[in-house]
Amino acid sequence: MVHHHQFDALVVGGGGAGLMAALHASKRVKTAVISKLYPTRSHTGTAQGGIGAALGNMEPDKWEWHAYDTVKGGDFLSDQDAVDIMCKEAIDAVIDLEHLGLPFDRTPDGKISQRRFGGHTNNETKKPVMRACHAADRTGHMILQTLYQNCIKNKVTFFDEFQVIDLLIDDGKCNGVVAVCLATGELHVFHSKGTLLATGGFGKMWKVTSNAHSLTGDLPAAILRRQLPLEDMEFFQFHPTGVYKLGILLSEAARGEGAVFINDKGERFMARYMPTMKDLAPRDICSRYIYKEVREGRGIGGKDYVYLDFRPDQINKYFEEDGNTKRITAEYLETRLPDIIEFSRVYQGVDPITQPVPIQPTAHYAMGGIPTNVDTEVLADASGKTIEGLYAAGEVACVSVHGANRLGTNSLVDLVVFGKIGGIKMADYCERASFRAIKKETAADFAQSQIDVLRNGKGGEDAAKIRKSLQVMMDDNVGVYRTGPGLEAAITHIRELQARYKNVAAKDKGMLWNTDLMEAWELGALLDLAEVTAVSALARQESRGGHFREDFPTRNDADFLKHTFVTVKNGKIELSSKPVTITRYKPEERKY
Amino acid sequence: MKVCLKIKRFNPETDKKPYWKSYELDLEPKDRILDALHEVKWTLDGTLSIRRSCAHGVCGSDAMRINGRNRLACKVFVDDEMAFGKGVITVEPILGLPVIKDMIVDMEPFFAHYRSIMPFLVNDTDPGPRERLQSSEDRVRFDDTTKCILCACCTTSCPSFWARGDYVGPAAIVQAHRFIFDTRDHAAEERLQVLSDPNGLWRCRTVFNCTEACPRGIQVTKAIGEVKDALRTGVIA
Repeated sequence: MVHHHQFDALVVGGGGAGLMAALHASKRVKTAVISKLYPTRSHTGTAQGGIGAALGNMEPDKWEWHAYDTVKGGDFLSDQDAVDIMCKEAIDAVIDLEHLGLPFDRTPDGKISQRRFGGHTNNETKKPVMRACHAADRTGHMILQTLYQNCIKNKVTFFDEFQVIDLLIDDGKCNGVVAVCLATGELHVFHSKGTLLATGGFGKMWKVTSNAHSLTGDLPAAILRRQLPLEDMEFFQFHPTGVYKLGILLSEAARGEGAVFINDKGERFMARYMPTMKDLAPRDICSRYIYKEVREGRGIGGKDYVYLDFRPDQINKYFEEDGNTKRITAEYLETRLPDIIEFSRVYQGVDPITQPVPIQPTAHYAMGGIPTNVDTEVLADASGKTIEGLYAAGEVACVSVHGANRLGTNSLVDLVVFGKIGGIKMADYCERASFRAIKKETAADFAQSQIDVLRNGKGGEDAAKIRKSLQVMMDDNVGVYRTGPGLEAAITHIRELQARYKNVAAKDKGMLWNTDLMEAWELGALLDLAEVTAVSALARQESRGGHFREDFPTRNDADFLKHTFVTVKNGKIELSSKPVTITRYKPEERKY
Repeated sequence: MKVCLKIKRFNPETDKKPYWKSYELDLEPKDRILDALHEVKWTLDGTLSIRRSCAHGVCGSDAMRINGRNRLACKVFVDDEMAFGKGVITVEPILGLPVIKDMIVDMEPFFAHYRSIMPFLVNDTDPGPRERLQSSEDRVRFDDTTKCILCACCTTSCPSFWARGDYVGPAAIVQAHRFIFDTRDHAAEERLQVLSDPNGLWRCRTVFNCTEACPRGIQVTKAIGEVKDALRTGVIA
């Protein structure tokens, strides 16, 4: 049986962006949050090091510097109007979070404490600046908790453990969503005036990833299936410091506190490549040089990893080399980075206070996603036309502030700033719009057909095996280094897996908490996203930010200073492009 | 290594009552119990249902009773648990909440207790355009209890909670502590009023199961003791 609900506004996803939007929308219009997890399980909670904002609490800083750093970090693919909004609003957003109760660490005079992070600079000296506002190394946890707490305070309506699998799109307008109630297996149609998508990333198409099991790109896939576009899917960030083999993130805050990369020769190799920012160069650059060291035989023991060294005596040695008078102790690190020190101890059996930590790049963050304008309205095509009633914010969206590579801390900035804008814009819309009629009897049909084929399938294919094959292949061919032949092989492989996927049948035929069936559905989403990722990557014959083509190793602004739009129509992938918005910062070579 | 995983299974659509089922697996010693459960689910029996997300001890989804102790399945390892369980690893749902299917329990009673203690900052004064100031000493005062991930390991390891599901439970008291001892907050008295209920703070019998179970290393019993002191003396220090 299909259940029906009606709300003015829907928020899909209960992470930072979703809760921020819900807090603002629910003050004005009847709002519901629909999340496949309990909101406090969302991946925002795993963000560690900090949220960037030019508060200037520690040393001089300006939001314009933050904006320039973001554009340069994004290898000049960011839309600069959106970047200006984000970096300017970041200051008030962080202050708002403090007022909402977020327990930031404090300076000696009681202000919000800030620390260094990759790619964040004093634009005049070119040196690292202390911009990342932090609560130990669980800043994301504290943001998620604080926002959830305030949603409870404001009595926001939640549909927890409801998984959205389809959007109601009619005549270029969005009228709501269809979700599976995980507890009962039944479908629920949510009819709305406005819908905001905030479901985060989709890193589970790779094997070595920092992403949660739940990050399977459900809504971007639903967008594709409704013949709407995704933007810049070739740009996926590989974070340089994942726990070797597991991919669990060790925050860039470690390097912000002074940690360095070390190769098999004991050399601090980033100083050779990026003489000013060194180990605090942006993530795309560090990941590439880690693998360059590995390829040239300087991985640890000749293997595919290097060390992250944050032994206090080593940090102090490098501080001295850099002319930095700061000195740190083991106790200091235990207070500033307690979680990542524990991750290393628990998951690697390595104590970072006394031993260097084996790390390798890990698939981390989607710069691309559902295209929006600066008001978070979802775009129908590359011309800028919008889907009435549909909004997106946070990692799932591509506004685009991160361009070709996101700077550390900017994910949290993005989700609080654009989550808030989204909530306000959606509420504005809901106040002036009326409900559009939907055909209740057939609204759930497309979702139902997707579930039925998996539940009733008789084929012998196994979702777990296909998923594993996809993830291993994506690591090999659509990773830090890419080539034309590698990407072509990837596309062929993905299409073979898609053909096999048609014969996947869920082994669990039940209704209640059928996670087997939902995982199979999620695999379909991952396959569709992997395909458009590889196709977009093949078409971009240049190297920019997180997308590095060995066969086209330089940036090519003449041909590729543009966003990629990808759609799937009648089974065929179509690419188009949208110009980059450039205001104050002219593209230049990226040096650190 | 060879691993024997004994899982308490229950599917309300097919089973009258829960039963134990054993699975023989070949795993790496440092695979997590979550990896072992995925191995069962992805190679032997797709009907096994668990909650999980981040897989590194931060999201709080996969609390379960492993070898009789409440743990996050993603934060304990098969070699350690094989040694502790003397050749067998038992996995069952956390106790004291209604079982829905396999490891999945109804978390709503847990979250209702959480909501009851007003888990949000209350301060109606105008903060002005910049952050409220707070000294590092005042900030550190409640640092430990800010680590809580609401996994329910503590509450569902507590004999008082097993005996009476009405008991607000350690997790909710930890959350109350996080606000009561925050100098920016103005609702300590109201929270203490809630906790002075017969099903509040005093049902804690200082068994320390909660502290032992907390995957975040929070000194739960100590925090409860500090809230008891505040209620008893009326002094928040």
